[in-house]
Amino acid sequence: MSSLRDKLNAGHFVITGEVAPPRGADCTKMLADVKAYAPVADAVNITDNQGATLHLSSLAASRMAQEVGVEAIFQQTCRDRNRLALQSDLLAAATYGLHNFLAVTGDNPHFGDHPQAKAVFDLDSTQLIEVASSLNHGIDMNGGKLNGATDFFIGAAAFPEAEPWEIQKRRIAQKIEAGAVFFQTQACMDVELFARRVEEIQALGAQVIAGVILLKSEKVISFINNKLAGMMIPEHVSSRIARAADPFEESVALAVEQSRILGEVADGIHMMPLGDIATGVRILHEAKIR
Amino acid sequence: MIITQPKDFDVVRSFLEGVDAQHVFLIGCGQCATAAGTGGEPEVAAAAQRLSVAGYDVVGTAISEVTCHSGGTKLLLRKHKDELARVDAVIVFSCGAGVQTVADALACPVFPALNSSFLGNVIRHGEFEERCQTCGDCVLGQTAGICPVTQCPKGLLNGPCGGMWDGMCEVIPDRRCTHVRIIEKLEEQHRLRTSVLAPKNYGVKIKPGHISVRKVRAQHHVAPTSEGEAHHE
Repeated sequence: MSSLRDKLNAGHFVITGEVAPPRGADCTKMLADVKAYAPVADAVNITDNQGATLHLSSLAASRMAQEVGVEAIFQQTCRDRNRLALQSDLLAAATYGLHNFLAVTGDNPHFGDHPQAKAVFDLDSTQLIEVASSLNHGIDMNGGKLNGATDFFIGAAAFPEAEPWEIQKRRIAQKIEAGAVFFQTQACMDVELFARRVEEIQALGAQVIAGVILLKSEKVISFINNKLAGMMIPEHVSSRIARAADPFEESVALAVEQSRILGEVADGIHMMPLGDIATGVRILHEAKIR
Repeated sequence: MIITQPKDFDVVRSFLEGVDAQHVFLIGCGQCATAAGTGGEPEVAAAAQRLSVAGYDVVGTAISEVTCHSGGTKLLLRKHKDELARVDAVIVFSCGAGVQTVADALACPVFPALNSSFLGNVIRHGEFEERCQTCGDCVLGQTAGICPVTQCPKGLLNGPCGGMWDGMCEVIPDRRCTHVRIIEKLEEQHRLRTSVLAPKNYGVKIKPGHISVRKVRAQHHVAPTSEGEAHHE
């Protein structure tokens, strides 16, 4: 059973984190990261070849996270597997006791470490949500009856600050119609705009776990703007960090402010401390969320 | 039309070296490769010149009217059979379909001089853009006449993806997001859908594609509509 679902259904404010599986077979650091989240997080997302770069599979890593006592959110992208493999891995996830599922499109291989790879995209993220929803009813995507249904708490990604917002909002509504129950968002930048849009998503009937990022430094901001898909740090945020006497502490202060405000509006916070989990935990403490 | 791009000259040379070829024959294509400026008369003549300078004996050249047309290409090859009898290899300046037509008809090694890039629209002279993947399960009726399978770099049916920013594509940042364009146009036409487009049926695209008009007509008991069509069968 998904305790993340139970907590959200009971109206508890949740915290989720994010851990990348290792680029190799040594899981020591990944498990240390997972454990570092344990005191504050209700669940931890395990990414799937993020940035189109080779990593240990999300399926294996999600299972390992749960074995050390942290509830996983198993992520799948549509980039690397066709509909047979996606469904097969979802069934495997269910048998491993993974009950939280986040469907995302996936970055284009062009941006990753295997730019020669064939991008699959047999399904898109909305179709994948429909598939997971169907598996929950014991039916495969062709309507075939399965021997045993899954029980996924199905989530999707949302980008509340992306324009044109009407198109984003329509996409979110479409994902809800497909079966998404909760959304995890890209990192918040302009907290007032973000908060308004969180409320609009909630009004569509889904719960929102709002992304908060620790920007750390000008260098990190420039990396995000140039290398990371689907994220753009606005000038007023980057200049605030850049002009500060201590950019790192300023980025902590910004994340604390955002967490406090979003704590009043959203259903949870998805903490993205870019590897610095201890500071992520500190932000949640200072925002008096944990 | 099929848009082609030249292979690197060294790659073509390595093909010839691989079979110790000295005497070669070059075949261009009068259709797409001529229009794309990759396999018409000027390009074949330039390649012949370059190969000669590199020490090869270019026995002859010819331009097939439509290289992918088996009958026409075979006729052309027959006309040049004496020259072809003396060559170690043939180099074809057409799409992969044309190369295979020639390879089917000859016993000697046949090498491609071009890469087949895409099925392209002519935007203006010398400028081509891919608009159709011949996927066999056309969705244009639901996407305002803009193909997401081809024009979205990820080929998503439902979009935009999370990489869209200010209406622009993440993969090709100076290009409007295909899904934003589709949604805006559907809205203009008052037919914006709310439902999710179902996954594509790739089952209709069994490789290699093969259609016999004669067999289709026989199945449906349809008589040929004109002598011309009957002739082309």
